[in-house]
Amino acid sequence: MQMAPIRRLICLCGASAWLFRTTSALGQNSSPTTLAPASTSAHQIFDLSIFVVAVTGGIFFVVGGLLAIALFRFRVRKTDPAGEPAQIYGSTQIELAWTVIPLLIVVVLFLTTARIIFAIQDAPKPKTALDVTVIGHQFWWEFRYPKYGVVTANELHIPVSSGSAPQATFLKLTSADVNHSFWVPRLAGKTDLIPNHVNSMWMDPQKPGLYLGQCAQFCGSQHALMLLRVYVEAPEQFATWIKNQQQPALQDPVVAAGRRVFETQACMNCHAISGTAATGRFGPDLTHLISRGTLASGAMDNTPANLRQWIQAPDTFKHGALMPAMQLNDQQLDEVTAYLETLK
Amino acid sequence: MSSVPINHPAHAIEWHLPDKRRVGMSALIAGESAIFAIFVVAYLFYIGKNFTGPTPRQVLEVPIVGTICLLSSSLTIWRAEKAIEEERMAGFTLWLAATITLAAVFLTDTAFEWKKLIYQDRLTISTNLFGTTFYSLVGLHATHVVVGLFLLTATFILSLFGWVDSRQSERFGAIALYWHFVDAVWVAVFTVVYLIGR
Amino acid sequence: MSDYTLPASSVIEAGAFASESGTVLERLHGWVVTVDHKRLGILYILYSTFFLLVAGAEALLIRLQLAFPHNSVLSAQVFNRFFTMHGTTMVFLVGMPFLFGFANYIVPLQIGARDMAFPRLNAFSFWLTAFGGFLLYYSFLGGAGLYGMGNAPDVGWFAYAPLTARSFSPGHATDYWALALIVSGFGTLGTAINIIATIISMRCKGMTLMRMPLFTWLLLVVSMLTLVTITPLTAAQFMLLIDRYLGGHFFDTQAGGSSLIWIHFFWIFGHPEVYVLVLPAFAIANEIIPVFCRKAIFGYPAMVAASVCIMFVSLSVWAHHMFTVGMTSVSNAFFTLSTMLVGVPTGIKIFNWIATLWGGRIRFTTPMLFCIGFLFQFLVAGLTGIMLSVSPWDWQLHNSYFVIAHFHYVLVGAIVFCIFAAIYYWYPKATGRLMDEKLGKWHFWLFVIGFHITFDTMHFLGLLGMPRSIYTYQPDRGWSFLNLVVSIGGLIQGIAVLIFAYNFVVSYWRGKVAGDDPWDAWTLEWATSSPPPVYNFEELPVVHSRRPLWDLKHPDDPDWEYES
Repeated sequence: MQMAPIRRLICLCGASAWLFRTTSALGQNSSPTTLAPASTSAHQIFDLSIFVVAVTGGIFFVVGGLLAIALFRFRVRKTDPAGEPAQIYGSTQIELAWTVIPLLIVVVLFLTTARIIFAIQDAPKPKTALDVTVIGHQFWWEFRYPKYGVVTANELHIPVSSGSAPQATFLKLTSADVNHSFWVPRLAGKTDLIPNHVNSMWMDPQKPGLYLGQCAQFCGSQHALMLLRVYVEAPEQFATWIKNQQQPALQDPVVAAGRRVFETQACMNCHAISGTAATGRFGPDLTHLISRGTLASGAMDNTPANLRQWIQAPDTFKHGALMPAMQLNDQQLDEVTAYLETLK
Repeated sequence: MSSVPINHPAHAIEWHLPDKRRVGMSALIAGESAIFAIFVVAYLFYIGKNFTGPTPRQVLEVPIVGTICLLSSSLTIWRAEKAIEEERMAGFTLWLAATITLAAVFLTDTAFEWKKLIYQDRLTISTNLFGTTFYSLVGLHATHVVVGLFLLTATFILSLFGWVDSRQSERFGAIALYWHFVDAVWVAVFTVVYLIGR
Repeated sequence: MSDYTLPASSVIEAGAFASESGTVLERLHGWVVTVDHKRLGILYILYSTFFLLVAGAEALLIRLQLAFPHNSVLSAQVFNRFFTMHGTTMVFLVGMPFLFGFANYIVPLQIGARDMAFPRLNAFSFWLTAFGGFLLYYSFLGGAGLYGMGNAPDVGWFAYAPLTARSFSPGHATDYWALALIVSGFGTLGTAINIIATIISMRCKGMTLMRMPLFTWLLLVVSMLTLVTITPLTAAQFMLLIDRYLGGHFFDTQAGGSSLIWIHFFWIFGHPEVYVLVLPAFAIANEIIPVFCRKAIFGYPAMVAASVCIMFVSLSVWAHHMFTVGMTSVSNAFFTLSTMLVGVPTGIKIFNWIATLWGGRIRFTTPMLFCIGFLFQFLVAGLTGIMLSVSPWDWQLHNSYFVIAHFHYVLVGAIVFCIFAAIYYWYPKATGRLMDEKLGKWHFWLFVIGFHITFDTMHFLGLLGMPRSIYTYQPDRGWSFLNLVVSIGGLIQGIAVLIFAYNFVVSYWRGKVAGDDPWDAWTLEWATSSPPPVYNFEELPVVHSRRPLWDLKHPDDPDWEYES
């Protein structure tokens, strides 16, 4: 029959405590959990959520408890008198009470929530904020740093914010094709990237490290592999990175053959490498391709073998990605891979 | 249930419920209103947002004649309703004919307007946002006029054969309700397209 | 079972069903051309049960693919088609037809009428819905062949623009989605019109609106809501087809069109749609709970008022599906408030049900067990809904597995549980035989255990950052174990549903004979034979209270002395 209410309660508490411990423990590495906030807005959301869980949890225990008690206490028994139980059709006082109390709870919840909505969405933009423009593509991320003239892809580098040196990053988000959504749970709630429409959001990560995320609005066949990596760095490290990104591409004569392959085999139509004739914008900027940890927005590690395989047949890793198989022969593949490998 | 206690005072109550045809047609009208509302919202939302011309101000002429005809047809169909309720079938047939004629004039007016827009002003549904929203909204309405015209003409032909009398007044009432709805939608479309949007 | 017999049952002749006799072809023909609301109701229910099994299989394959990271049971393209079809099928070909099927069967009986207001429209609407479903599934043929799952829609059940534009979805997948739903949408509209006209214009003598059974009341509310719910989707789908085939620019962002306007239109449909799905579940609970705790529903007028309230307020909450699209803080706050407010009348209903149980004599039959599951689960679902209404938290949870957990808690935990309850409850009325109680209990316990294993766990996947609509996930995200647990729960639910399907079929021949009123219930459908004759009632009833059979069974203490 139905478990006695107390046993049910204990089981529930035990299970949720274990799950909570396990799940928050997982947040110790870069796992994209919402339960290990690392920035102001993520913290504000987390704290609000604890309050909401407390309120709704209270409601659950009261109402669920009453339900469990009713089921237990009023189950049919052989010792029941004959005939039907007393028919109660309603009670205006009780019904008024249980209308007013929920309304009061709504008022409290709403006011608490509204405060956080305005705190996050209407936060004033500090003068020192870093501006990044994010443009969503099927199935990769374009990042531009307008102040520095840097264009890169898939891996976002931003400076850490500390108590003594607060540093927020303000993102402008839009899309070049369909709807996407930027979600790095430990750093902020998600915001959508919508074509012909610009959204904005901000993050101020408090701990350096690598934060994972991914596209959170279904955008086509390889939505699942439109992954995000956000590197939060100390200010000096960030400055070094920016400096490197601002350099044009290395011009190593050893790989001149590969560069010729790149320029003659239609790669330039989609890709840009600064300092060369390649200025295509349909695909990711490759100027500093090797400075990234992964390829194809997180689909695989950035190794020469993977790069070569990707150029030969993108479908191996990401079937449905918009880069066509370039039909290069083995020699061309070796040469162009060697060339790209110099783009640090 | 034949053994219900007969002594209850409510047993001898009057029991009149609304006619099912009017209720059904009203429900249909509610649903159709929602469809039109969505197209109207799209029209309003896109006013002034075209990337290319032509714009409403450049090409739209207010269809006065068609509008007057369509709105008067509400009056004529109301007269027809009264006639069929009072079993004045000759009057009914005449008022019905008047309604059909007025509707036909409206449609003809629309046809000429569209001919001008398409061939002279080069405005089609794919030209720009104005073209898309204009032809969809006005076209949706015109489709409803055509359907109404079909219902009215069918009734007219049946009445010519003498097969319609006051027993069909509820059925005709449902059709008339639909026709009034079509006119009311025209008031909304006219306001949005030719007054607000221009 | 009551020892009180009503006179009507003995008078049913063998010829009450016109096509009971005759060849197989003649009987089949009878079903195809029928305009009898009971037959159409059964057709709707058989149709939705079929698609429940199909969409359930799609779900199991989805869970098989997601049980392990980097799995290759389904390719990306096939997975995307499956989750689109699973959602589309469950909402339009299972949920709506089940609930309209019950409405078709039960409403005329409960109001003491002989049929629906427009029997031919009724049949036409059913066949439109059926054709819509057929068209949707026809999409599996063609395209790149069956193993790539043909041309089945792959844009998500919400088909956001501009992903659905010609340039991003070449081929016909999107067209199948739009056309099939337009067609079945007209069927839905026809049935909604029919239910409204029937309830308003065909109630038996004495049955004022405030004396109708709550099932009928809620279906009136649902049908009115449907009129303004399904039609925005139809309009938006027309716009989509105009864009795709006539060169329109409604959602063409390159020409100034807006993706956002599709999102608004879709959710203006999408949110009230979930109330269209859940209110009939309440309707079912309103009938079953009183009967199995032997008390009248507590607070009938409040239940009516709460339902009408929900109908209106639910039209104002749609943008809580859009908290992340970049609306202003004021808009976000407004929709947070309206969503929290719609929770109040909904919560009140739960209190009314508990108050109904309080002081009763609860019999834990299979239909009642499913209703009890519904009560606990709907409570939880409502509370996670409140969590999602908190827009800052939704900025994390939106489009994650937390949302999937929440809405499956409502769709399965509340609605499917009530559908099962309704089937066990009214099966004897429609077939004359009871379903097996022992198998029913196996079904219930296995299903409830599997349900909780799957959907309780799923909430945590969302909290851990797992988004929806992904065909695979990285092993370093910490989601692997929980995904496996979720999938195992799905398998258990599948087994439970198979037990149910077996019970459903076999009881038709082997079930215990039910008689007119096996549950000792109080509404008019139990006052005629099981199954009812074609004409429903020998003589149209006259009623004086909300529970006409209570009055008959308790002439010393009739309801009309207590009702206001």
